[in-house]
Amino acid sequence: MLEATLSQALYGVSYGLLLFMLAAGLTLIFSMMGVLNFAHASFYMLGAYIAYQFSTWFGFWIALGAAPLMLFILGVLVERWGLRRVHKWGHVPELLFTFGLSYIIVELAQVIWGRAAVPYRVPSELDGPVAWLQALGITFPQYRMFMMAVAVGMLVAIWLLLTRTRIGLVIQAALTHPQQVEALGHNVPRVFMLVFGGGSALAGLAGVVGGNAFVTEPAMAGTVGAIVFVVIVVGGMGSLAGAFIAALLIGLLESFGKVSDLSVVKLLASLGMPLAPDSTLYPVLTLTLSQVAPVLPYLVLVLILIVRPKGLLGTRED
Amino acid sequence: MSRRQAIAWVAAATFAAVGSTAFAQGKAAPAAKGAPPPAVAAQTVKIAYVDPLSGPFAGVGTNLLRHFQFMSEQLNAQQVAGPGVKFEIVPFDNKASPQETLTQLKQVIDQGIRYVVQGQGSGAALALIDAIEKHNERNPDQAIVFLNFAAVDPDLTNSKCSFWHFRFDANTDMKMEALTTFIKDRPEVKNVFLINQNYSHGQQVSRVAKDLLGKKRPDVKIAGDDLHPLGQVRDFSPYIAKMRAANADTVITGNWGPDLALLVRAARDAGLNANFYTYYAGVLGTPTAIGAAGENRMRQVSYWHPNIAPSYPYEQVAQDFKKRFNEEWYAVSTYTSLMTLAEGIKRAKSTDPLRVAYAMEGVKMSAPHGEIEMRATDHQLLQPLWISSWTKVGGPNKHDVEKTGYTWKTEAAYPTYVASQPTSCQMKRPARPQ
Repeated sequence: MLEATLSQALYGVSYGLLLFMLAAGLTLIFSMMGVLNFAHASFYMLGAYIAYQFSTWFGFWIALGAAPLMLFILGVLVERWGLRRVHKWGHVPELLFTFGLSYIIVELAQVIWGRAAVPYRVPSELDGPVAWLQALGITFPQYRMFMMAVAVGMLVAIWLLLTRTRIGLVIQAALTHPQQVEALGHNVPRVFMLVFGGGSALAGLAGVVGGNAFVTEPAMAGTVGAIVFVVIVVGGMGSLAGAFIAALLIGLLESFGKVSDLSVVKLLASLGMPLAPDSTLYPVLTLTLSQVAPVLPYLVLVLILIVRPKGLLGTRED
Repeated sequence: MSRRQAIAWVAAATFAAVGSTAFAQGKAAPAAKGAPPPAVAAQTVKIAYVDPLSGPFAGVGTNLLRHFQFMSEQLNAQQVAGPGVKFEIVPFDNKASPQETLTQLKQVIDQGIRYVVQGQGSGAALALIDAIEKHNERNPDQAIVFLNFAAVDPDLTNSKCSFWHFRFDANTDMKMEALTTFIKDRPEVKNVFLINQNYSHGQQVSRVAKDLLGKKRPDVKIAGDDLHPLGQVRDFSPYIAKMRAANADTVITGNWGPDLALLVRAARDAGLNANFYTYYAGVLGTPTAIGAAGENRMRQVSYWHPNIAPSYPYEQVAQDFKKRFNEEWYAVSTYTSLMTLAEGIKRAKSTDPLRVAYAMEGVKMSAPHGEIEMRATDHQLLQPLWISSWTKVGGPNKHDVEKTGYTWKTEAAYPTYVASQPTSCQMKRPARPQ
């Protein structure tokens, strides 16, 4: 039983960390530029497709580096020649711009790679279960472990970059006091451009490791997009730490919720209050947690917005 | 349920309106009534293929569209429906959604197409059977015939049966009968875990499996019975962890397409030590996901597999298809449905849907895989079934699947009369044409 719970938790954490990789870029861009990038999930999808293409040509390890790099370049181009031009008309046109961009990217990917899933595989070096966990009676794929390592490595790298380097200091300062930073002689638009590119690269990296852990298909942007918004809203818009906590929370909720047979009727019965099958609410109350699992993240979203609109670790009061 | 019926009703009303306008304009009113001509005139019979061509099931949908296009090409060359009578497949994307299916059906009707093939998803099939029944009642001159090549919900030929619907795959009652007959003599099956897609088909598989296992193997414990959202789950590992925790030695699933491929892949990644009994392990993408890990552990019940010795039915077709598209051929129902339609057209000496539908009732023929019969009482095709298991290519099991080095071998064969199941269909028929 303990083994089962542990492995369930591991799956939840690894999924949560993938969500975090996605949410990190999104929340970084938002906190910096005030732009909710609707195309972010499409960058994730594109990262997976590019990684698939590169892995067929040069192998997985090259793809792991090349795909985020390409996404970085794409992000920079989008910011420099798209978003910056739209910026002067305010946030709504920016929002609409990224919204349109997300559709264009998905359609383009369909034109290039087709509507069906592409056979993007886990590298053979990382195929198979983790040996030391197996000794403890838990079978957990090596690739999931690798995914977690990439996410944690990325988290540490961003944290070091933002707090320990000069560029990080400029980024943080530009967050709150853009005019003053500009007055000090820093090129704030270029900082924005780099942040947007960096955020896109993170989405691309998530695509590289998520694409072969799950499926690489055009629909992958849509399935993950909504969840990522849940993560950043629940965590608090613009809060990296909040996104981390929220991503793990949603990951664990998915993993445990998906397979739970718990229902209100069972709960009541265990409390000594059995419900008659002919009572009005019986069909609703027999729904198990696993049946309502797909809705749970959105339920959390709604509850958070009611109880604490700024999110778990958010600072904004709007 | 009531919502779907409401949608179907609205849709049918719309069809009626559109249909009557078309009729008023004199667009679609061939000389259907009156005495049948002595032979069918040379013509092209358009067949609408209404199935997913985008979304999670696009891969399977595109593959089966190729099946139909390939098969119609071959049968056209053989002139199976008479000299000069040709089939043409017209694709419509229903995105695997019942609502979208009805929108597409409207297009089909507007284009004057009278034959519809659909198969992927009993949800869409149930929507179609309802809408077509109502459309045909209101527009008898523009009747539509529905050739269902893969939707296996038993209701379609029982409580929901329709004169206009013909099914060419074995339904869940038949497949599960075969599977449980096979399991009956396998004492190693003790803890069964059921995992299915949460819609009509998956719910039926779960229900029929529990029912038949209870009758044939009352000692078997149902260790789990999960339904998951259709085409939404990307990560099945939590389900696999649950199967392991429940000590499941056997998994029964009606999943298809990515929902099966991903399930199997998650089981392989997690090293789950259980036998799988499936309906659709032979369908595009799943064999690759099974790989070497599924040897002797993966089984499927189907109306065909590539190594039915000694006759190897459809061997040439499967090879030609593979050569052309670099994909596996497995949907025998694309052959049986077009052949039955051709036979119906020949017997009716007409392509009028009502005459053809009557003529297809009770059609019997020797197909390469065995004797088949379109049962008149419920329009369910009776055909043999096989249970096959995943094994290394070699000996009589010579045809590799998806370049895996593995293939299917026969474990048990169920001839047509064994694989047939009773029906509760009370069919309402329109007046027989003169």
